[in-house]
Amino acid sequence: MRLTKRRQATSTVIGIGLLAIMLFPVYWMINTSLQSGNVGASSTLLPLHPTLAAYRLALSQQGGDIVTSLTISCGTVLLSLAIAAPAAYVLARSRIRGRSVILLALVITQMVPGIVIANSLYPAFDQLGLLNSRLGLVLADTSTALPFAILIMRAFMVSLPGEIVEAARVDGAGLVRTFVSIVLPVSRNAVITAGLFAFLFSWSDFLFALTLTTGTNLTPVTLGIYSYLGGEIQSWGPVMATGVLSALPAIVLLAFAQRFISVGQLNGAVK
Amino acid sequence: MTLTGGQATGSGIPRRTRGLRQERAVTWLFLLPALIYIVLFFGYPIVKNAVMGSQDYTTATFYTGSAPWVGWANYSSFLSSSLAGTTFLNTAVFTVGSIAGQFTIGLAIALFFRRRFPLSGLLRSLLLLPWLLPLIAGAAVWRWILDQDSGVLNSTLLHLHLVHTSVPWLSSPGMALYSVIIVNVWIGIPFNVTLLYSGMQGIPEEHYEAAAIDGAVGWKAFRHITWPALRPIVTVVLVLGVIYTLKVVDIILGLTGGGPANATQTLATTAYQDSFVRFAFGQGAAVNNILLVVSLLFAGLYLRVNRRVSDE
Repeated sequence: MRLTKRRQATSTVIGIGLLAIMLFPVYWMINTSLQSGNVGASSTLLPLHPTLAAYRLALSQQGGDIVTSLTISCGTVLLSLAIAAPAAYVLARSRIRGRSVILLALVITQMVPGIVIANSLYPAFDQLGLLNSRLGLVLADTSTALPFAILIMRAFMVSLPGEIVEAARVDGAGLVRTFVSIVLPVSRNAVITAGLFAFLFSWSDFLFALTLTTGTNLTPVTLGIYSYLGGEIQSWGPVMATGVLSALPAIVLLAFAQRFISVGQLNGAVK
Repeated sequence: MTLTGGQATGSGIPRRTRGLRQERAVTWLFLLPALIYIVLFFGYPIVKNAVMGSQDYTTATFYTGSAPWVGWANYSSFLSSSLAGTTFLNTAVFTVGSIAGQFTIGLAIALFFRRRFPLSGLLRSLLLLPWLLPLIAGAAVWRWILDQDSGVLNSTLLHLHLVHTSVPWLSSPGMALYSVIIVNVWIGIPFNVTLLYSGMQGIPEEHYEAAAIDGAVGWKAFRHITWPALRPIVTVVLVLGVIYTLKVVDIILGLTGGGPANATQTLATTAYQDSFVRFAFGQGAAVNNILLVVSLLFAGLYLRVNRRVSDE
């Protein structure tokens, strides 16, 4: 819709106002995290005397948890990409029996509530000694990341020009070589997108962290935030500072991933 | 939009049978890890839950290994408890309220962004932020904003003399569910905007130009052009919204823990409480199975609608 200069300016002002309302909670998180001095009291609207004290406290209490979350998230990225990329390629380019059934199953798995999965994983993990372990959480988180990763990479690989793949195959390259030396490099953006989302899913995971750990020896950062919320909160500074730290991957994703991710790609994966 | 769309190239070139057979084996090897994963982490849990739902599966089971078969007892004890009615009602109100709010506001924002103006792209991508934050971080900041004594919302309302006493947003049983819905609406808006906006991009500009000649602008243009063209996507967005809302655990646990007095307990949080707070895994599995059946009913609806959309 084309607008006159003046109406354009009005729209920008309204848009900024809208965003200010929508992002107020994010602002409030940052604002509170910068003014930890006033214990228990409410924060002022602006951080007039900004201090990093809350971050120091948050890092001393949650620094280890952040490292735990990073480890688990990286593990999830590696595992889900390793499993998803070859599957996505086959589902995009090969005529195999049952392909539509598999794709249907992948869509449905994303609709199964996590608590259903957690309820049966707990006894199984208990027997396998996977409770309270990083490996256990990587395995569980991969179940969230995998279907999405397969679908998003497949959506991209379906649209690859047939000649690229065919040329390699005429040259006698087998499936593995075509995949490794042609398809993967060409699909770099889709792989990065899938990896970023796998990271984000795992990093934000709360339910598996909550249900598949029993003590305090393994607490990803989401569980760290929850443990703050479980007690009587003396000062919101460190809680909000941890919140800001936990939001960093999302912000990085927004800032740097724009060029890799197109909405069309996401639609292909959601639908 | 199709599930099975896309061209299947692959093995178009004639080869020796042995080569073909080998190729087929490799193809399945590519797929096998993913299939095993789906079976272990979706197939197994669903079957195991179905069984556990009819067992007296408790902490003792972990030591003795015995989980006596109890038939429908877990279901009937849940359904006959006073909590069941509350849980079903809360789940319905939470889902309907969240979807109504997310969708209406999401649609309005998507329509707004159809105008092209400076910074619109940047603003639209920043809008995604609430969706990408860890849900528990979102819950934490809202808990602070809604804090009865020192939260910014109450202090602002008091300051502006809009209320005379602090509002117990999360601590009053009559109010907590609505507060939780507001937070969930906030989280769901970006998803709705993104899908609805991308749906609107598919409507040809000429339709609006032609309609404008007939005097259909503004609300009329929305009613006669935007809405009919958007209908299929609207259904997809609504059904997906229901499925995602049914799953919500993080936000409720972070904001209220299901309280006060079970005022915000839904099927998903009740299942969590049963299994992981009371360690009645059989009971939890029964509630989970009910939740799963409801979710899959909507999943079926989604697939039917989506297929129809693809066919059009």
